[in-house]
Amino acid sequence: MEMTQNATTNESASPLSASRKKILSIDHVAVHFGGLVAIADLTFHVNEGELISLIGPNGAGKTTAFNVVTGFLRPTSGEVHFRGMPLHKLKSHEVAAAGLVRTFQRTSLFSTNTVFDNVLTGMHLHGKASAWSTLLSLPSVRREEARLRQEVWEILDFVGIAGRANELGASMPYGEQRLLGVAVALAAKPGLLLLDEPAAGMNPSETSNFMELLARIRKRGITILLVEHDMPLVMGVSDRIVVLNYGKIIADGTPAQIQANPEVISAYLGQGIKHA
Amino acid sequence: MKRHFFGSLLLLALLTLPFWIADQYYLHVVITTGFFIVGAMSLNLLLGYTGQLNLGHIAFFGIGAYTSALTSLGFDIAVFWGDGRIVHKPWHPAVGVLLGTVVAGICGYVVGKLSFKIRGAYFVIVTISFAEVVRLVALNWVDLTQGPLALSNIPPLGYHFPGMEEVVFWSKTPNYYVVLALLLISHVVIRRIVKSRMGRAMIALRENESLATSVGIDVTRYLVFAAVISAALAGAAGTLYAHYIRIIDPDIFLFIYTVTMVIMVVTGGKGTLSGPIVGGVIFGALPVGLRAVAAPELQWVIYGTALILIVFFLPRGIVPAVADFWHRKTGGALPHQRTTLAAHSDKVIEQASPLNGPGR
Amino acid sequence: MDQLFQHIANALILGGTYALLGIGLTLILGIMKVVNFTHGELYAFGGFMAYYFVSDLHWNFFLALGMSIMLGILLGAIIELVLLRRMRGADIDSTMVVMIGAWIAMQNIELLVWGGVAKSVPTPFPTDPLVMGPISISWLRLFVLAAAIMLIVVTYFLIHRSPIGKAMRATFQDRDTASLMGVNINAIYTATFALGSGLAAAAGALLGPVFVVTTTMGNQAALKAFAIVILGGLGSIPGAAIGGFILAFAEELGSGYISSGYRDAMGFVIIIIVLMFKPTGLFYVRGDRIG
Repeated sequence: MEMTQNATTNESASPLSASRKKILSIDHVAVHFGGLVAIADLTFHVNEGELISLIGPNGAGKTTAFNVVTGFLRPTSGEVHFRGMPLHKLKSHEVAAAGLVRTFQRTSLFSTNTVFDNVLTGMHLHGKASAWSTLLSLPSVRREEARLRQEVWEILDFVGIAGRANELGASMPYGEQRLLGVAVALAAKPGLLLLDEPAAGMNPSETSNFMELLARIRKRGITILLVEHDMPLVMGVSDRIVVLNYGKIIADGTPAQIQANPEVISAYLGQGIKHA
Repeated sequence: MKRHFFGSLLLLALLTLPFWIADQYYLHVVITTGFFIVGAMSLNLLLGYTGQLNLGHIAFFGIGAYTSALTSLGFDIAVFWGDGRIVHKPWHPAVGVLLGTVVAGICGYVVGKLSFKIRGAYFVIVTISFAEVVRLVALNWVDLTQGPLALSNIPPLGYHFPGMEEVVFWSKTPNYYVVLALLLISHVVIRRIVKSRMGRAMIALRENESLATSVGIDVTRYLVFAAVISAALAGAAGTLYAHYIRIIDPDIFLFIYTVTMVIMVVTGGKGTLSGPIVGGVIFGALPVGLRAVAAPELQWVIYGTALILIVFFLPRGIVPAVADFWHRKTGGALPHQRTTLAAHSDKVIEQASPLNGPGR
Repeated sequence: MDQLFQHIANALILGGTYALLGIGLTLILGIMKVVNFTHGELYAFGGFMAYYFVSDLHWNFFLALGMSIMLGILLGAIIELVLLRRMRGADIDSTMVVMIGAWIAMQNIELLVWGGVAKSVPTPFPTDPLVMGPISISWLRLFVLAAAIMLIVVTYFLIHRSPIGKAMRATFQDRDTASLMGVNINAIYTATFALGSGLAAAAGALLGPVFVVTTTMGNQAALKAFAIVILGGLGSIPGAAIGGFILAFAEELGSGYISSGYRDAMGFVIIIIVLMFKPTGLFYVRGDRIG
């Protein structure tokens, strides 16, 4: 089923594109909920520096697949390897430390915190202050805090929400809340960023801003796996697209290949084509 | 600068308090309230900041008290097997204080570990049960604890530097300073934790656990950490209380004391630094004020009703409500705005545009 | 050995009323997801009402019991309407705190009205116990057992055979769907809380005459009720019923053969053990856990 992959069709080649190492590999993953087969047999991989989109009609198993590859759900069979390491060996909070960070579909924030503090919390892994040094308020702790705060500003600028730094995360407009979710994930400094329908509910101008943001993220060398419904977005940014239907991959190729693929077309036509 | 002025004034007032409150009864009330406030502050760490409703909190306090009392009184108990006895000779109260704090901290560790496995309402029920079991053990293990007859003649605190006369804290005044010291230390400890990376992790757990996990925050670790600190502080308060009041009985574990601390935290403002203090002062002073006009039972009816009304009308508590009101009146930036803005004012001006909407 | 039979007999009787207490709470906890700290106070309320009607107003004993249950139902409805409705969307912590406030207020009102002295409730039963071989049971206790079982059966049929029971079960399974199907969730919640409270009051009215009525009887009862609910599994009536009997047996046999001082600790020990090893309880009804 797997089609040959081209090199990047998009211009934003990451600095690591030369190595083309597999950063994430999903091998014959199956997920059964009791008698229900959510995922029958999933096999694909993501190369370092790529932007892969996972698409499929509703009920195809995208959410389940996403939860498996992010380590939130243990597959019934099969394995997921991140940078060669089996994902199931990691505890849920260790996944981020390994370099794999996900966002959430329903806008997920620390609701009583400001935008700034949301991202600052996301920087958790990049502080090392121990309990004792915190209690003694050592200069090293204060320096670290200052450094972290500086980095938060950088991320806020990078994502484009610095102007809202002091607003409550929960009181921002919806589109910018999604951006905040991405900012928080970026704060954890992922090697692989997994975005769960980040553009859901975004209007066209927000979506186009978001595509530019994705390009900027790729320029930093971060690999991206995207689950999305928004076709123009997916076609516009992806190196490769993996199409899911009925818990199986029905196509895996470049945007051009996917658009021409008859099975993909019938899968979508059969359920009604989704366009943004 | 105004804040520092008021802060210093307050500190001065607190440091000289025994000199302008001469009435020993009122001083006693202040001291006991002080203990409750430490209890409330430590409860707030778990309840307010980490979002775990530990309704067995008084158990930490009581365990600290009993541990310290038994350490400094000594005991001689039969063991369950054979004819052996375990005999402990009395040690200096200071050792008792240390030991009591540590033992309470260990209990906090257990509770912390439990809170990860058992969530929500079940955790509440378990913690209540835990405190009740401890109370029943204290009541029934008469050999060790004297049961309802109480542990009495607990030695007061004091110190003895070689070459100098021994100083023993018999009267209320030195004990007041002990409580004050504990209050200040607890406040500093909690403040530093809460404003640090660890505090952010705890708040993150409370707000959105899956998001916290996704950025690498180890849930168990911070739950346990919060629980240990919470328990140790409460335990420390318990130890000092035992040496102040010098007689303790199993009633120290009664649920009503946890409820009192919950009332202090919730009405003051959970998840804020000054909330438990404000709540503590109010509910420490109220019984004294109402003493003349209302029987204790009526007072409790009032407190229960007050609790309900606060949750209905000021759900975040008094301190946040007052803070909001104040900031709306003065129109100034919120404290955290000031620091981040100051550090980055040029960037903020660049980014602020008509499209972003009002900065507030 | 004779002692064993006596313990068993006592446990059966106690278990019946514990079952009522537990069923009431499992309904409230299961359907409404509210940690009901007032449950114990309703138990005490039932006891006090029985005392009031029999001792002060000299009503017929059985009429007084019936009235106590009715008033318990009414009080439960009032609590739900005044306090809980407002907290409908709020987080579990705040709701718990409101319930704690109500609990303190209620208990102290009882103290103010009736004072702290234990009250005994006169009953119309002969004082000579019924003796059957090694077992001696008072007529009162036999009546209590019979009444408890009758109430349990009535409740069971109410939940499983009546339209309102069906609505309650639907709400328990999936509140949103039930609401979409036309169930008036507000009314169901009020009915549930009223029913649960009525059962607690019934337990108190039945056990009050057996022991004594005090203002603190609710505290222990509340915690035992929680133990029963956890043991039996949230939302399961058979679970709560059986849990009630198990707790009664644990208490009777434990206090008889191990130590009577720790009798009240049995409930808590059960809670801790169950939650550590089988958190969903003996009768796992539904995937949802509270919190």
